[in-house]
Amino acid sequence: MKTILNGIFKENPVLVLLLGLCSTLAVTTKFENAYLMGICVIIVLVFSNITVSLIKKIVPKNVEVPVYILIIATFVTILELLLEHYVKPLYDVLGIYLPLIVVNCIVLGRALSVASKSNIRTSFKDAIGVGLGYTFVLMIIALFREVFGNNRLTLMSSISNLTGYKAVYKVFEDNTLFPMQILTTPAGAFLTLGLLIALFNFIKGGKKRESR
Amino acid sequence: MNLVNIFITALLTENVILTKFLGICPFVGTSNTRKSAISMGLSVMIVVTLSSIITFLLYHYLLVPTNTEYLKTVLFVLVIAAFVQLLEILLKRYLKSIHKMLGIYLPLITTNCAVLGIVLLNITNNFTFVEMLVYSISSSLGFTLVIYLFSSMREKINNSSIPEPFKGYPIALITAAIMALLFSRYV
Repeated sequence: MKTILNGIFKENPVLVLLLGLCSTLAVTTKFENAYLMGICVIIVLVFSNITVSLIKKIVPKNVEVPVYILIIATFVTILELLLEHYVKPLYDVLGIYLPLIVVNCIVLGRALSVASKSNIRTSFKDAIGVGLGYTFVLMIIALFREVFGNNRLTLMSSISNLTGYKAVYKVFEDNTLFPMQILTTPAGAFLTLGLLIALFNFIKGGKKRESR
Repeated sequence: MNLVNIFITALLTENVILTKFLGICPFVGTSNTRKSAISMGLSVMIVVTLSSIITFLLYHYLLVPTNTEYLKTVLFVLVIAAFVQLLEILLKRYLKSIHKMLGIYLPLITTNCAVLGIVLLNITNNFTFVEMLVYSISSSLGFTLVIYLFSSMREKINNSSIPEPFKGYPIALITAAIMALLFSRYV
């Protein structure tokens, strides 16, 4: 449990380590895309961490990185093929950011810093924790950007073929302040993430001041 | 598509960093000083252009005839990793001064999503060979341009007084937001 919480708060990949920012900024225009991207990353992270942990003893240290990248790329390709076949709309929406999970620094970073040094149990828990940390941040950013930028909340739309439900809500009834279009543009993505990290630092700083 | 059109959009309005969000990690990580920004930009330009050519040829003359297009991600990552390694060895042996200038930024490129991103976009956009060449050169030039401008601003920002929680990355990201506004077509 401690390993998992560590991944969510103390070593949050996005807010503390600043890894995997590309996909964080790119897919957070819709709430749905954010959590689905999070799930994809968790799946890849779990499988790659377990595999790396299994073979860590037989991989020579100087070819570590290429071998791990190859393992990650294999799992990403499997995921890509599955999504293309079963959830085509999602595959289209995530587009290029799906194959880019391969070079998402979170996955390779965890493989090198944790999975190549610990047993399967710890690697698995670490993958879950870090993956959840990533997913939560994505969900917070997407919630903010979609609700205030588009005046809409998409819980389930591109995967509705699979689940049978469709859930897209309008948030505010007639008003003049929202939607703030800027939040849906790339500039809004940078702005939201910047403010979120500042808020996170502020809360952390507050705790430090109290403990003194 | 018109070549000039491709060049301008890839360089400015659809800049890799500011609208496609590729290569954000090196963008915030190595833009502290102008010198490191230029080194990173140059490394990216070399690697992107040359690996685009290699992957383009591999895709059209190896993967397409054998019906194994789905292997592109795995193959491209391998090509980029191998190519970066090769480039490092060659530069170290024959062009010491450039190797010294690029320093640690060259090996970092293997996990730079801008490189894999541009290489994959070359394929998904169905470019011809010339279009692909123009696109990869202008995209990586756009990367270098933005990272250089950004580092010049950051050098100034680092010397000014900023509220504690905003220090470091948050203020950098907010600066990037303003830059993204300037580069987009909405202003």
